[in-house]
Amino acid sequence: MSVARPGRGFENGPDPAGASGYVDAPPRMGFFTDTSVCIGCKACEVACKEWNLVPEDGLVFTGMSYDNTQALSANTWRHVAFIEQPKRIEVPATAGEDVGVAPAAAQFRWLMSSDVCKHCTEAACLDVCPTGSLFRTEFGTVVVQQDICNGCGYCVPACPYGVIDQRPDDGRVFKCTLCYDRLKVGSEPACAQACPTASIQFGPLDELRERAGRRLGGLHDEGVVEARLYGHDPEDGVGGDGAFFLLLDEPEVYGLPPDPVVTTRDLVSTWKAVAVAAAALVAGVSASFAFGRR
Amino acid sequence: MVPDADFTSYYGKPVLNAPTWEALDIAGYLFLGGLAGGSSLVAAGAQATGQRDLARVAKIGSTTAAALSLLALIHDLGRPTRFLNMLRMFKPTSPMSVGSWILFAYVPASTGATVLDLADRLPTAGALATGGAAVLAPALASYTAALISNTAVPSWHEGRHEMPFVFVASGAMAAAGLGLLAAPRAETAAVRRLGIGAGVAELALAETMERRAGMVGESFRAGRAGKYRRAARSLVGAGVLGTLVARERGGLLSRAAGAALLAGSACTRFAIFEAGVESARDPRYTIVPQRERLDARKRAAPNDGLPRR
Repeated sequence: MSVARPGRGFENGPDPAGASGYVDAPPRMGFFTDTSVCIGCKACEVACKEWNLVPEDGLVFTGMSYDNTQALSANTWRHVAFIEQPKRIEVPATAGEDVGVAPAAAQFRWLMSSDVCKHCTEAACLDVCPTGSLFRTEFGTVVVQQDICNGCGYCVPACPYGVIDQRPDDGRVFKCTLCYDRLKVGSEPACAQACPTASIQFGPLDELRERAGRRLGGLHDEGVVEARLYGHDPEDGVGGDGAFFLLLDEPEVYGLPPDPVVTTRDLVSTWKAVAVAAAALVAGVSASFAFGRR
Repeated sequence: MVPDADFTSYYGKPVLNAPTWEALDIAGYLFLGGLAGGSSLVAAGAQATGQRDLARVAKIGSTTAAALSLLALIHDLGRPTRFLNMLRMFKPTSPMSVGSWILFAYVPASTGATVLDLADRLPTAGALATGGAAVLAPALASYTAALISNTAVPSWHEGRHEMPFVFVASGAMAAAGLGLLAAPRAETAAVRRLGIGAGVAELALAETMERRAGMVGESFRAGRAGKYRRAARSLVGAGVLGTLVARERGGLLSRAAGAALLAGSACTRFAIFEAGVESARDPRYTIVPQRERLDARKRAAPNDGLPRR
């Protein structure tokens, strides 16, 4: 049996692999998903399923545009969201007169975004896992050890993004591993490799954050004022995501929580309340007996 | 309820994945854990004051509840044969890990106390086991509040500071209910006081928790949770009143009041469980409070990390 280190108020700080006890860990790896160049081809979904042998779950008509996998789940580790929005598309002045825009298209835009596990700096799923099945890899990612998971299901409601889930026929929980096996041999994750537009970019998180900052600046300069980053900030409620995004609308439009906070951040104060309540229970029962037998 | 005008979501889909737990297993466990914890304290109090029959009732109750709760927990696992993996680590960040260790220590103590009492052997060892179970009992009755609060489930997480108090009140009330139901009338004075006090406290604390949760508190009033909540209020109210009146009148009323307190505690646990599931399934409860928080922060620091407009 091992005793997990609670750390400073249960938090990891900026280096989750180091905080988990790795010495000389490789740089923290992650995804930058630039949804402004996603074309909705779902190559990432397919590549992920193929590589990780994830069972099928998307052969239904949902009526949700081209989306038939609906959400991240035990059997969908990359999920491409499709949003059809009535919105006027401004043609940049630099495009010139020769760019024809159909009248219908001028009133309408399509948002597409490939969602994935965020591999949080402060990962609630990992914090609450009672068996140690969920663990922090040397790359700073969060992975389920399938030979240990006993299917208690605690990680499922703990995740603020609705990522990890239980396979009912199997009993255990599953989610994106950021292709841990491929990272181990120096390859990039299957989804990033399959992405034809470099919407999914893989690399050291520091580099990705710089690249994302430049891309955001470029888009703003081109007049795409609605572009914003999501999950890039180490000061946010989960200490920053290992997989972050460039979005073209508010996060909730894509099914993402606008201001997620890792639940464990409030656990110290919750344990204190538990201790006071436990003491109150002892006091209450003692008082009931102290007043005698009549 | 008028939907929030600013509320947007992805095709109305939930943001969170709802708990996969079965209501009967996990809400049942919340109830049984409270009953076991409360009963072990009642057993110790009864033993210390020489009320042997009440002590025996409470011991049997605590051990039965603990055994059933273990079964419920194992039954709810996706891989029940791996339940011993719960003891691979001790993790303070996981209330389920902490709880596994509490149960691991509590069940033998409680069982020992009951078996030695029933066998009428080794009174010193029996007293030690009774004391040991009573030392662990407050933790057993309260840690489950941290367990469910330490999730992203809106109504559970928002209730995190009141939940432990609701849970200990509910556990004490259930234990008092069992005493009133099954102990001889001559030994029910303490559990009568406990039942009334804990019952009133449970009603008030659950109400406080619901109100302080803001819009998320709606999840306690709607649907299945609302039905359990209303049933709990009626049962606890009837149980408290019945216990008060039964002080002057016969034993049957006292026993019925005890049963009502027991059932009321169970209904409270099921109401809280169902409210959590509902609040995870409806994206409104996740998105609206987060959006309000984010917008308030943006108003305070308008140029901080915002896209240029």
